[in-house]
Amino acid sequence: MVKVADLVDKLNASVICGKDDLNQDINFGFASDLMSDVLTLDTDNLLLITGLNNLQTIRTSEMSDISFILFVRDKKVSQEMKDLACENNITLIECGYSMFKACSMLCEMGLEPVY
Amino acid sequence: MEFAFFIEGGNFSKAGSASSEVKKILKQLNVDSKIIKRTVVSLYEAEVNVVAHAFEGDMIVEIFPDKIAVRIEDKGPGIPDIEKAMEKGFSTATPKVREMGFGAGMGLPNIKKNSDEMNISSKVNVGTKLEIVNYLK
Repeated sequence: MVKVADLVDKLNASVICGKDDLNQDINFGFASDLMSDVLTLDTDNLLLITGLNNLQTIRTSEMSDISFILFVRDKKVSQEMKDLACENNITLIECGYSMFKACSMLCEMGLEPVY
Repeated sequence: MEFAFFIEGGNFSKAGSASSEVKKILKQLNVDSKIIKRTVVSLYEAEVNVVAHAFEGDMIVEIFPDKIAVRIEDKGPGIPDIEKAMEKGFSTATPKVREMGFGAGMGLPNIKKNSDEMNISSKVNVGTKLEIVNYLK
């Protein structure tokens, strides 16, 4: 289990929207740039780690009840993505690390894999 | 209760907006969150399919006391071999669709997984009709 505020600190990340939720704990992590795979999950309390920065990343999270998205590889969130995420209470976080580095750090912090 | 939504083919910035509306309605009706998730994941996969492959489509959502029944009908190229399209990993998606994070050949199998009943019929060069039922147990 990882606290959102701790992962933001550890990964030198910045919170783009959803700053009120930083004290929440997240149990699971799933890293994918393929939204088709994300849509097959039925895990609650999940952090999506992705390098895919388009509107469908936010839509996929909305449908899958994913409340936290970490964008890796320095991918930047567009205003449109931010608006849609805010509307759906999804916290967006940006980080400059590669997906591999971010995942290994998160794993070390105690974030669990889905499978 | 019946709701109808228009789906525009090729418009990826709007893909998911119909499913999002359905999610809001089901939440307002206090439908169990697991059933909402299963239903809207199915609808979103179907909506993305229409945007990715068809010219246009309609999503008709009927909510009964015991079930949610959805019909998604599109005008488009149709599916020549439905059995093949149901196979995990089979896809005819364009590079543009793949850039959006889809086109892995998981859509139809995932719709089947997330619905209690699923029927699909298609005519080549006419369109595809998909029916999904989820029971409100």
